[in-house]
This record gives sequence, C-alpha cells and structure tokens, in this order.
Amino acid sequence: MISEIFNTTFITGLIGATMRMSTPIIFATLGEILAERSGVLNLGIEGTMLMGAMTGFLVTFTSGSLWAGVVAAALVGMILSLLMAFLSVHLGLSQHVSGLGITLFSTGLAMFIYRLYFGSPIVPPIVEPFRQVTIPFLSKIPVIGPSLFNQYMLTYLAWLLIPAISILLYKTKIGLKIRTVGENPFAADTVGVNVNLTRTLSLVAGGALIGIGGAFLTLAHQNMFLIDVVGGRGWVSIAMVIFGNWDPLRGAAGAVIFGFLDGLQLRLQGLGIQIPFHVFLMIPYIITIVALVSVSRRAAVPAGLLKPYRREEKGG
Amino acid sequence: MIGLKIIKRKPLPGWVKIIIPVAAVIITLILSAIPILIARGNLWKSYYYLFYGALGTRYNLLETFVKASPLIFTGLAVAFAFRAKFWNIGAEGQLLAGALLATWVGINFTGVPQFLLLPIVIISGFIGGGIWASIPAILKTKLKVDDVVSTLLLNYVMIHIMGTLLFGPLQEPGSSWPRSPGLLEAARYPMLLARSRFHLGIPLAFLAVLIIWFINNKTVFGYQSKAVGVNIKAAHFGGINTTSVILKTALISGGLAGLAGVGELCAIHYHLLMDISPGYGYSGIVIAMLGNLHPLGVVFASFFFSIVLVGAHTMSRMTGVPTYIAEVIQGMALIVMLISLLLTEYKIRVVRK
Repeated sequence: MISEIFNTTFITGLIGATMRMSTPIIFATLGEILAERSGVLNLGIEGTMLMGAMTGFLVTFTSGSLWAGVVAAALVGMILSLLMAFLSVHLGLSQHVSGLGITLFSTGLAMFIYRLYFGSPIVPPIVEPFRQVTIPFLSKIPVIGPSLFNQYMLTYLAWLLIPAISILLYKTKIGLKIRTVGENPFAADTVGVNVNLTRTLSLVAGGALIGIGGAFLTLAHQNMFLIDVVGGRGWVSIAMVIFGNWDPLRGAAGAVIFGFLDGLQLRLQGLGIQIPFHVFLMIPYIITIVALVSVSRRAAVPAGLLKPYRREEKGG
Repeated sequence: MIGLKIIKRKPLPGWVKIIIPVAAVIITLILSAIPILIARGNLWKSYYYLFYGALGTRYNLLETFVKASPLIFTGLAVAFAFRAKFWNIGAEGQLLAGALLATWVGINFTGVPQFLLLPIVIISGFIGGGIWASIPAILKTKLKVDDVVSTLLLNYVMIHIMGTLLFGPLQEPGSSWPRSPGLLEAARYPMLLARSRFHLGIPLAFLAVLIIWFINNKTVFGYQSKAVGVNIKAAHFGGINTTSVILKTALISGGLAGLAGVGELCAIHYHLLMDISPGYGYSGIVIAMLGNLHPLGVVFASFFFSIVLVGAHTMSRMTGVPTYIAEVIQGMALIVMLISLLLTEYKIRVVRK
C-alpha cells in the first residue's frame, strides 16, 4: 500500500495535479490581492469566476478559439469589477454587501445565459480543451520534469504572474500608488494620487485575472460548464489572501498548498481507497480554515481596507 | 474628468424608509425587462405569468407562502447577525446543519411520546444550526478569524459532511441514491390547509418574526446586540461583554437558519437530500438587505422573492424564459436596493474636475 502511494508515477502525477489545481486559485488570489492592496475587498470574486468560466466556455464553443474564450472571460471579469468599483468606490457602499450582491447577481446571470444559449441538454455540451505544452529539455528532468514542464499555457502564465505582480506592487511607481491608496488614502490624496481612480483600476485589473481563473476551469481543468464548477474556489482565494498576509508570493504559496491538497484528494480517490469522496473534498476547506486560524492574529490588513474614501469626511 | 461627488443629506422623514424598498422592488421589476427581452420573451405575457404563477390560483398562492417560509427564516437569520455586524454568510451551511441534526432525531427517536417528537425535532434543528454558526463566532472573537471567510468556507464543509453521511451511515438502506431514511410520521409537520402544502412552518416563520422583533426592540440583549453592531469598541468600553453578545447572536442566527432546514425536511421532502436547499441561505443575505435588516422588511422581501421564484416556473413554461431569471432578479434587487439606500442618506452630484 505504502509503496503504491510513494512510487514515482504517483509523485509525478501528484505534482502535475498540484500545478493544475492551483492555477485558478493563483489567478484569483493575485487578482484579489491587487484589489485589496488598493483598499477594496472584492467579494464579487466567486460570481466573477463563475461568469469567467461560463463566458470563456460560451465564447470558445461558438468561436472555436480557446484564446478568444480566455480574453472574453478577462473582459467579463473587468466589467463586473467595474460595477464593483462603481458601487463600493464611487458610491461608497459597503464593500461586503456590494461584493456579495455582485456574486449573487453574476451567479444568477451565468446560469441564465447558459440556459438561454444551450437549453437543458441531457448531455452537457463540450469544447476541445487546452492541451498541455511540453517544454523541451526541462521536461526530461526525472520525476519533476514531466509534471512541472508539461502543463497548460495558462498554468505557466499563472506562475509568471506571481513574480510579475510582486514586482508591480513593490518595485514600481504604480505599485507604490496602489499600496499608499490602500494604506492611507488621505495621504495619497494629499500628494496628488487620484484615490478612486487607482482603486477602480486595481479592481478592474484584478477582475481580469479572476475572470481568467474561472475560464481555466471550463477550458483546461474540465471541458464543460457545470453550475458548481467554481465550487467555492473564489472564497478559498479570499482566504489565501489573508493566509498570505496580502503578499503575492505568500498568497500564491497558499494557493499551491491548496492545489496540492486538492490534487492529493483526486489522486487518493483514483487509488480507490474506500473512504467516501466527500471526506476528501472537505479536507482542503478545513485546512484553509485552520490556516486562517494560524495567521489571523498577526494579519497585516491594509489599513484602508473596507473604508470608502470621501475627502470631506476626513478624520470622521 | 467627470466624477461623482457624494454629499450627506439632511435626515429624511420616516415614511421614506418604507417607500424606498417598495420603489426598489418596482425598479427591479422594470429592469427585469432587460433579461426577458434578451431571452426573446414577450414582455407583457412574461410579467402576467410571473404574477399569475405566484398569485393567480389558490394553490399557487399557497405555494408562494410555502416558498416564503424558509426565506423568512434565512432572511431573519442573516438580518439578526448583520445587525450586530457578525457577517454571517453561512446561513446555507447552518440550514443544512439544522436539517441534519433534525433528521438524525426524526428517524431515531422512536421511544419518545408522539406529541413530544416534533417539538424535539424542531429544537434540535435550531441547535444544529446554532452550533454550526457558533464555530465562526468563536473563531472571530477568540482568534480574530474573519467571519465572512470562515462562514463561507464552513458552508462547503457542511455540504461535504452531509455528503459523507448520506453516501454512508445515514443512507436509506436499499436506496441507490444519497438520501436518508424517511422521517417518523410523528416528526413531520402537519398540513394546515387542505389540498395544499401549507404547513406548520409558515405560522412558525411569522412567530419567529414576532420573537425577533421583540428581542430587537424590547430586550436588553437586543439593545446590546445593536450596540455591538454600531460600534464594538464603544460597546466594550460601555461595559458590554461583546464576546458573549456575538456568540449569542450567532447561536440565534444559526438556529433560525436551521429552522429553515427543518421546514424543508419535515414538510416538503421527509428525507434528508443533498439538494434540500436550492440556495435559501444565500437568498437570505439579499432578503436581509432588501428588508433593511428589519424583521417586517424581511417578511416583505421574502414574499417578493417567493413570488419571483414560484412565478418564474409558470413564466418559463409559458414564454421559454429560463427559470434562472429568478436568481438574476434577486441579484438586481440587491444592487438596486443598495443604491436606493445610499440615496436616502446622500445626494449624488456629477462634477467636473
């Protein structure tokens, strides 16, 4: 039994599954970090991912182009985030409630549009999904090569985005603006940074990533759209942002740990172990909660998070 | 550059607070024309069947009450928690937890006198939901874990706990699909009106509305709970034990959500099923907001939602517009309500910068 679990094929498979399962969480976590560092908690994330998943699938199904689907998912993510920005940044409504409103609205909308287009077929329609791209030479490394370097383009993109977002936030002027607006909007305003515009743009850029994370689920991870395809991955990403202390590298690390647990439960199911599969499905969520418990006491929440910025209410 | 400037208004008279949700509902119904037209539905026919399907016949009208019952419970649950700024997004999981414990009692407590069984089932449903809600409350107060995230994640944990049990020890012997054995006869809700599913859970929901209104307005605890919601630090310095208040608020909130589950179990399905709730817990969030966190507002919003949910089926059958329009309308209602509420407190000016 033990030797069956720890053979090379299993480990290669597990690493591969970890890479796949963490991809949508990495996208969504990075997108959420952009929004939250600018001071906006985007609880629209779960619905935005679902709309990304549905739109990506629908556009690919009709156009035949996978990348058109990905672009469409990014656009839909941006539009929904723009709505989030209008409600929570420009009107200054509660970020909690606006975000939940967007999630409920987009969940309904995703199912509505899907039914409108496809009806209720007995066999769900499918697309030809993304294929893994093998990187020459690197994929020949024993054990890790075939798993790390035989992945989807979107997975490589997710991994490239981790350092990219990190550099954007910590090494560029734009990143400094985003962080200042998130920590101290009054100070940012004093030095001439447009607080609401910066927050809007951060939300919208993050929304594109969240939408792509959703599209990965229907265009690579699976090849069809199911109503529960996102299944709480948006909420998990919110947890990963907290777990990662609002830092892209640490947040992504959390996403990879979640991907590992998700991959592990798939693999263990595959081995035919006689434990109900719901037990496995539960584990990643429980461990996420435990992880939150371990970090929440020392959480470095951006000081401006959840607070709408109104110039005349300074100090009030 | 054009921007929006938000200016604080003078307080508006009280009647505006009643007009606002009504206006929000009307605006939402008007906006619903957009998805109806996109689905190429005939507008007047669609609206007609939406209301006819929900209110047009005796049976349909009573079905609207049947649907409203769980929505009132989850709406109250969320409203009660939000009032104390305990962000309970977990009513869905608490509903399931309540249904789960009620199922266990309702199929196993064979030795209990008949007339006692149903009250015990109802109480255990309340306790099940309450316990499940107390976990995030403890995590929030003792360990500073964000309640939004923990309540949400616990929904998924509860779904999988239910799955584990329904595919395992709680599965009905001989059944090939995941459902529990049927409830004992004495554990089922009595039907109160002939030729309908108008059941005990409906008056219970109204009773819960009265009780919550009473707690909110006439008890020290209701005052403390509100004080914690308005300003937790001030409440703490004012001598309120905020930890205990949040915990009790969570217990009541989760318990109410649990009662929604008991109703669906004991009056509609009689077996615990994986899909015992079509998202009542999530709808409860919108209902609480639409009802402005007020118990009577919750009743109003619940009926609006149940009309839309029940009516959407007839509308879909007659016009071909997908039933998911009900969910789209729910989402739109929330967004419209939020903007309307803002307009009662602030004026919005478009300014050039």
